[in-house]
Amino acid sequence: MSSMFQSPPLLSLLIWAPILGGIFVLLVGDRQREASKLFSLVVSSLIFLLSTLLYFRFDTTSVLMQFVEYSVWIDTFNINYHLGVDGISVPLILLTTFTTVLVMIACWVVIETRLSQYLAAFLILEGLMIGVFVSLDAILFYFFWEAMLIPMFLIIGVWGGPGRIYATIKFFLYTFLGSVFMLVALLYLYSKMGSFYIFDLYRLPLSLAEQKWIFIAFLLAFAVKIPMWPVHTWLPDAHVEAPTGGSVILAAILLKMGGYGFIRFSLPITPDAGAAMAGFMIVLSLIAIVYIGFVALAQQDMKKLIAYSSVSHMGFVTLGFFIVFSIMEQAGANADAVMGLAGAMMQMVSHGLISAALFLCVGVMYDRVHSRQIADYGGVANTMPVFASFMMLFAMANAGLPGTSGFVGEFLVILSSFRANAWIAVIAATVLILGAAYTLWMYKRVIFGDVANEKVAGLQDVSLRETSFLLLLAVAVLLLGLWPAPLFELMETTLIHLVEHISQSKIN
Amino acid sequence: MPVTAEILFVLPELALLAFACLVLLCDVFSKSPNKLLTYLLAQVSLAVVMVLVIYLYPDERVALFNQHFILDPLSAVLKITVCAASIVVFLYSYHYFRQRDLLQGEYFVLGLFAVLGMLVMVSAYSMLTVYLGLELMSLSLYAMVAMNKESGTASEAAMKYFVLGALASGLLLYGISILYGVTGTIILPELAAHLGSPVDNRTVFLFGLVFVVVGIAFKLGAAPFHSWLPDVYEGSPTAVTLFLATAPKVAAFAMAIRLLIDGLQPLHVDWQGMLIVLSLLSMAVGNIIAISQSNIKRMLAYSAIAHAGFLILGILPGLQADQGSTYAGALFYVIAYVIMSMGAFGFIILAGRKGHEADNLDDYKGLADASPWFALIMLLFMFSLAGVPPFLGFWAKWYVIKEVVAIGHIWLAVLAVVFSVIGVYYYLRVVKLMYFDRVETAPEIGADTQVRVLISLNGLAILALGFAPGELIRICTAVLGF
Repeated sequence: MSSMFQSPPLLSLLIWAPILGGIFVLLVGDRQREASKLFSLVVSSLIFLLSTLLYFRFDTTSVLMQFVEYSVWIDTFNINYHLGVDGISVPLILLTTFTTVLVMIACWVVIETRLSQYLAAFLILEGLMIGVFVSLDAILFYFFWEAMLIPMFLIIGVWGGPGRIYATIKFFLYTFLGSVFMLVALLYLYSKMGSFYIFDLYRLPLSLAEQKWIFIAFLLAFAVKIPMWPVHTWLPDAHVEAPTGGSVILAAILLKMGGYGFIRFSLPITPDAGAAMAGFMIVLSLIAIVYIGFVALAQQDMKKLIAYSSVSHMGFVTLGFFIVFSIMEQAGANADAVMGLAGAMMQMVSHGLISAALFLCVGVMYDRVHSRQIADYGGVANTMPVFASFMMLFAMANAGLPGTSGFVGEFLVILSSFRANAWIAVIAATVLILGAAYTLWMYKRVIFGDVANEKVAGLQDVSLRETSFLLLLAVAVLLLGLWPAPLFELMETTLIHLVEHISQSKIN
Repeated sequence: MPVTAEILFVLPELALLAFACLVLLCDVFSKSPNKLLTYLLAQVSLAVVMVLVIYLYPDERVALFNQHFILDPLSAVLKITVCAASIVVFLYSYHYFRQRDLLQGEYFVLGLFAVLGMLVMVSAYSMLTVYLGLELMSLSLYAMVAMNKESGTASEAAMKYFVLGALASGLLLYGISILYGVTGTIILPELAAHLGSPVDNRTVFLFGLVFVVVGIAFKLGAAPFHSWLPDVYEGSPTAVTLFLATAPKVAAFAMAIRLLIDGLQPLHVDWQGMLIVLSLLSMAVGNIIAISQSNIKRMLAYSAIAHAGFLILGILPGLQADQGSTYAGALFYVIAYVIMSMGAFGFIILAGRKGHEADNLDDYKGLADASPWFALIMLLFMFSLAGVPPFLGFWAKWYVIKEVVAIGHIWLAVLAVVFSVIGVYYYLRVVKLMYFDRVETAPEIGADTQVRVLISLNGLAILALGFAPGELIRICTAVLGF
């Protein structure tokens, strides 16, 4: 295995370097504000560069976990510090490290109070999020999964808007409640298997009834996180109240953890329950896509609109995951199933970039006008032309315009849905209309038209700092939209292997 | 074994008794108003006892004095926990009482006698020894609660504690006498042997069992026998609350293990059902009522009730025929809880000063601005008590739930985690007050360096044990392998 030749433990470095960096910033405190900012930016940039090594050194032909690290953690219960990555986790890790760099740039002049704590919270959060994506031991996974709530809770609560306390407590309780059921399910699996190693759990034969209960327990954890209709209500609150950086991480990474959970736990551990409940999951996904799309249309608050748009887009992810079971009912359709999964994964990465970009755009305007209401804007293009063009690109990407990353994932999921059922595909395709409607309508009201008021008239166009993060995102969105092949190559072997695994029944 | 040889094994208890008398004498003849000599001597005696316990660490079960007294690895670990907890409590107490000019030498003497009672309870192997230890501990604690003679609330708390505690002791004694009356023995293993053979008068045993379980529930502070706990915790001087919330929990846990598992294991099915009810009620009552508290001592008291529920949940798997001892989770839980509640109650002492007890939740508003370090430490305690990783409290809950799932009571595990999520709310509220609320005049920390260092170490220990709980888990499983 290639991991034998990795002398420095790359994954551990990715987890612990940001956490230690965060603790260091925390201990230095607010005495050295500029130095702290610079230090955090350097750390997060270095982590991003380090994480690109995962991409360049990744062996795309192997179905095995790579960069594996293993050491005993709690030997009494066979819990191990077991890390590794495959084609599913690498894109999400890259997304995590990339967005953290953006957050560091975005907070530069914006955050005034308790700056060092803010920087530390994001650095620690980064390490914990990477930990979630690389854990191969279910308890280690749960450890990072829950620990991550603490910095996020503080980020929303300390630096958020007026309703931040309600929003952050709701966020914490919702996600915590979902997760504890997963813990019980994992402990049940352990009582049958004697191991928390995820791939041991893949092999564990389970009856259909057991699988269904475990599936539901996992569903409660992941559906809240991703979030699916009807347990999505924490998200608009949290998004609206969170500071810009918090919204970015929330939308770009935290939601993806729900998706990651589905593809890492639900699908392979309970494939038969997944098949049995695929219809139910598809219906929920379609409701999210269509109904939440309409809800987004009615929003007056830009952040809320993007939050609902996130729920709607995440519906595509769950649709892509569970359409797989409908496709696999037909013989020899595994290639289409892989396409569905690849589309869902693509959608996750792409949505991570686009939603991060849109939240940053709203942040740019909010820093100047201190309002998120659409009605307070109008004619921004007159005073901020550069900004308007950036936002145009991201709005188009959110609407799924071909050439942007938003198109690829949605297209693939719709295409694979046709294989299962044309009606599902047709309903899902309404997102292309709805997405365009709510995003572009918002864009039109905010950016075009006459200058609405004095505040808008006095707007300054984006600074160099703001241009830098918007430009980075624009490049990424276009790159993935025009040339998504590297990403698919990264995931392909893993996804083919996964589809083979879930097409086999685990009922003994 | 000749009695003279047996005496060697109870050296820690004998030493503690001698020391307690010595401390009392010293205190009588000591003129110094700051009681430094009394305090130091008390600390030294606890340290000596702890060293003796470690020195006499048994490799196997040794029953002494016609099986009235037992020395096994479990008792050694619990005694070490009790002594260590008491040393820390004395440290806080000395600071607390000196700052308020309430220092009395009797406090330390009573504390030492209470510790002696706990050590006896931990090592008890007959119902009579259990009762003797329990009474020695309880009577000392009643007096300690009333330490501040000027305070009306403290006297009220002591009165309540005494009346209800005496009632509980009476019920326990009643249960013991029934069991003795039927079996003719007070020795726990003999009782188990008697119950193990087929019996025709099962109802009488159950009658005795109910009273024993009620007595245990009372001492653990489990609902519906919890009503004394919030009042006593609130009314006592905070240093005494700290003591009540830590070491006696360990002793009560030991009492439950000795009576239920060593003595009444043949009635496992029956007491398991009772413990399920107690546990669910405690978690429900504790977690829900804690939400509406405005006094942090009361809030933590209700949290203690909820934790007692979790502890009972850990005890109820008992001994399984196929898996052996499955209550290691409870042992881990009680040790973890002692460490966590030491921090949480210690923090109230840290935040208070003379004339300002810092026992209202609102006193913690804006603490993160005033002293970020201590707010962070309190945050660790709160998240740990809530059972969120990466802290010690997570593993405690995890371990107990794991054992409950392993014996097949999945629904019980699900209810337990749901209640623990309800509980998260009020811990989050403390974090909210410290971090999210801003006030004009930030609260200041009035404690001296010792207390500051101690609380910091406590917080870091919770973090360290959260990342590396392996050794503690190994100890807990190992000591139950006998």
